Amino acid sequence: MLTLTSKDQAMLAGAHGPAVQMAMRILSTMANVYGAEQLIDITSAHIDSCLYHGPGGLDFAQKLVDGGAKVVVKTTLNVGAIDLVHPEHFQGTPEQAAQARKQMDLYQEMGCEPIWTCAPYQTTQRPALGEQIVWAESNAIVFANSVLGARSNRYGDFIDICAAITGRAPDVGLHQTANRRGQLVFDLHQISAKLLQTDVLYPVLGYLIGAKSGNKIPVIDGLPKTATEDQLKALGAATASSGAVGLFHAVGITPEAPTLEAALQHQPAEEHITVTLEDLYTMRSHLSTVPDGPISVIALGSPHFSLQEFEQLMPLLRATPPTIEFIICTHRFALKALRERGWLKELKQMGVSVVVDTCVVVTPIIRANAGTLMTNSGKFAHYTPGNTGFPVIFGSLEECVQSAAKGAVWRDPTLWTTVAE
Amino acid sequence: MMAIKKTWNATVLVAGSAQGEALILAEPLSLWGGLDPHTGEITDRRHPQSGLLVGNKVLLLPSGRGSSSASSILLEAVKAGTAPAAIVTAEADGILALGAVVAQEIYGHGPAVLVLPEPDYSALCQAATGIVTLKDGVITV
Repeated sequence: MLTLTSKDQAMLAGAHGPAVQMAMRILSTMANVYGAEQLIDITSAHIDSCLYHGPGGLDFAQKLVDGGAKVVVKTTLNVGAIDLVHPEHFQGTPEQAAQARKQMDLYQEMGCEPIWTCAPYQTTQRPALGEQIVWAESNAIVFANSVLGARSNRYGDFIDICAAITGRAPDVGLHQTANRRGQLVFDLHQISAKLLQTDVLYPVLGYLIGAKSGNKIPVIDGLPKTATEDQLKALGAATASSGAVGLFHAVGITPEAPTLEAALQHQPAEEHITVTLEDLYTMRSHLSTVPDGPISVIALGSPHFSLQEFEQLMPLLRATPPTIEFIICTHRFALKALRERGWLKELKQMGVSVVVDTCVVVTPIIRANAGTLMTNSGKFAHYTPGNTGFPVIFGSLEECVQSAAKGAVWRDPTLWTTVAE
Repeated sequence: MMAIKKTWNATVLVAGSAQGEALILAEPLSLWGGLDPHTGEITDRRHPQSGLLVGNKVLLLPSGRGSSSASSILLEAVKAGTAPAAIVTAEADGILALGAVVAQEIYGHGPAVLVLPEPDYSALCQAATGIVTLKDGVITV
């Protein structure tokens, strides 16, 4: 049974205007659906509702703005449907573009920070250990919970902005310590140290863990402490693509999981799964939907490409520039650094499209009419066939670059050959 | 001759009364990428009932599936007039409920969302061969 505080009740009664009232009405209805007993204060929100799905979402945002909605916590915006810096990338109709832009405008009017990225954690939006937050966008949620140790449920459209406007969230699920207990243990001791340091392992491992976890909380035992934020980002995004994962515990990395026992909150694991090289091979093959062959477009940057990833990419591209369409999705923070380093100009000269504020699986950007898309992202690999109609090939960053030069898939024969020592 | 009516008491996630032909989905469905809100057609081509229309039906589905953007698709379907009249699931699905709650806020109407756990859910599916009526959480066929 939900009990509201006097402040909550005042919002519900309309004391703070019609938008806050509507937001609290939606929030408290949903709190009852989830069986929450109370609402809790939040310190940060990340909003996915700014992505245009149709006129209904626009009506919702307009009603909030008309009712005087303003966010009351630090609130950032996920991707929209338009690259506002380079609107020419949008391949839809002018009417769709206008609607999508309107939706992005409305969320800015409510006071949200227009960072337009699915990787808010690469910007100024980095909540600390134990902070209660309402984040939408599945990869951002996993990163916040698993790498930063903040606490968010798997929020989505509408409820994200309702929470940002009221500063409140239903006290259920991952907001509560007991519900953050690891349940399934994925043991990596059979995987070689060399492979564990290779970028391409992370999306594949994440895809495997997501598929086997469903909505349970996985514990990963055996990841090197040197795993980078970009590797953890790729892993988390893939777990949230193949499963309903909102939190993983990487032992020794996740702040709440200094040890395996701590990750399990000193209770027995429900299941112990030893990850084998064969499991990884199987998952790697699931990430591609067609056999190796000709490709027509490369897409990188889901979640958005970081500056560190550009640092890895630049020498590879200089050695073998692309001959096919090559798209990198990133945020304005990286774009600024690219410009300052002269890399943006260099990328343009090589024919590489740098897209900000959005990405290729949520809005029409790809210019190629047909063919196959290749990516190093587990998340792009998962969503590309359904959302763009392109068949997909998954490979490492270097395999993508080499393949882009040749116009056909090139494989690094040394990449996956390592066995456990 | 009067047919014998059967009733079930379901948990109401989103209130509303509705009457419509039952559409029983054999598998869970993600509305995002699985339903075209312009037409109300099931467009998930891996779904066994791909191609059917959900508009004004009493939709019985075991559970939702996948993306949280499903609530947006449900709102768009209400806006386009292609939404089901009501949704009954065996497992509570907050994402579908949210779409219906927001539709009721914005448009003053939207599908009722009810939960009827097993084994009642299966019994309802067996019995629901024609028109299904929902009122105050009571499902009648």
